[in-house]
Amino acid sequence: MSEEVKKREPLFSAKNRKLLTTPLGKNNPITVQVLGICSALAVTVKLEPAFVMAISVVAVLAIGNVVISLLRNMIPPRIRIIVQLVVIAALVILVDQVLKAFAYDVSKQLSVFVGLIITNCIIMGRFEAFAMANKPWPSFLDGLGNAAGYGLILIIVAFFRELLGSGTVWGYPLFEKLGIYSVGYENNGLMILPPMALITVGIIIWVQRYKNRELIED
Amino acid sequence: MYSNGYIFRFAIIMVVIVAAILSGAAMVLKPFQERNATNEKMQTILEAAEVSATAENAQEQYSKYIATELVVDMEGNIIGQYQDGKMVSGEQRAFDVKLKEQLKNLQDFKNGKDVQVLLPIYIFDDGSRKLNIIPMQGKGLWGPIYGTIALEGDLNTVYGAVFSHKGETPGLGAEIATKDFQQQFKDKTIFDQNGNFVSVKVVKGGVANSNINPAHGVDAISGGTITSDGVTDMLKNTFELYVPYFDKQQ
Repeated sequence: MSEEVKKREPLFSAKNRKLLTTPLGKNNPITVQVLGICSALAVTVKLEPAFVMAISVVAVLAIGNVVISLLRNMIPPRIRIIVQLVVIAALVILVDQVLKAFAYDVSKQLSVFVGLIITNCIIMGRFEAFAMANKPWPSFLDGLGNAAGYGLILIIVAFFRELLGSGTVWGYPLFEKLGIYSVGYENNGLMILPPMALITVGIIIWVQRYKNRELIED
Repeated sequence: MYSNGYIFRFAIIMVVIVAAILSGAAMVLKPFQERNATNEKMQTILEAAEVSATAENAQEQYSKYIATELVVDMEGNIIGQYQDGKMVSGEQRAFDVKLKEQLKNLQDFKNGKDVQVLLPIYIFDDGSRKLNIIPMQGKGLWGPIYGTIALEGDLNTVYGAVFSHKGETPGLGAEIATKDFQQQFKDKTIFDQNGNFVSVKVVKGGVANSNINPAHGVDAISGGTITSDGVTDMLKNTFELYVPYFDKQQ
């Protein structure tokens, strides 16, 4: 009995904390692993949908990681990808239905992109790389961390795209209130288009690697 | 190693469990989703008449202002009238008419099948003005676009227009859902001076640079040509169906 207690590591041991924090910075799924770019381009025109998207991915990835981790010893390896896909699809449909019922306006803005969480490479990547080989609690933290890392970048990108593309922050007309338009400033329509999200992500990657030299591969 | 039998059993059990969870969730959430959709429809109808309603008071505002709902057929006869919360004549309530089904019926009708196309009209009345609100659906670039147009009592002048879409390009086609675009429709007319049906056209390059009468044209969206054309087609195709009814009312 006492031996078993000794074997157990505390819930927030250094190792577990790391699972949660490294994806936010050093091992960010978007800027370092360069995964999940597709949806980062699509939903970052405005802050609000980006935020809801981030929350949805957190829910899907954290719960999905736990489910896969619980099933990890039962899943036949030959059909594991399909099993993972079914778990993701089920969770995504649930999220979509819940949004439709309780956050109707936002769900309309996100439209197909909630469904496209299914194709988000981060999710399957974490299922396959982490949850299939780890216990539920670390898997949960890993899912939370990776989804939060993804969401963080999404929100940063959305902030700049909304500010420069529409002159607003979370729908609040900041530039108009500051009177920037009266001195001849105009919104940059290019920021609304997907390519600028790629460039924004590129700039974030550049800044991050400039600050953290160990990320630079030669 | 896992046997084939195990793999099949695992797959079957998993799929059954997932299906049960999902259908359970769908059943529980359906009333909420339907209420959202109903509220949204009411809000849109009221918005065309420039009455803003929130999701919370949509039902109340709707029953206050929209006292009459009509369903007319393609010959212009009224085949359903819903008034003050009950059917006065006919069986079909305008609010329950699904535009998508009617578009399909219209297609069948054009192909020579004997089907009836139901055309809904909402009569807005706030005591001082009477508006005829017509819902419509058409095709944009990526998916369906929707419109709700309020015509004044003369059944000719546009009082207000609201457009929405399923997935048009943000910043381009999606601009049809903005106030700036919709405001242009105010006071446009769908019949010319001689009483011929012309609809309202969304003009690429701007009405000022074209030979279209400004009374029947609005400026298109730069970079959103296909969506703009979709709006033009939707307006023309829909109003066209109502012309027999309009004629009978004059």
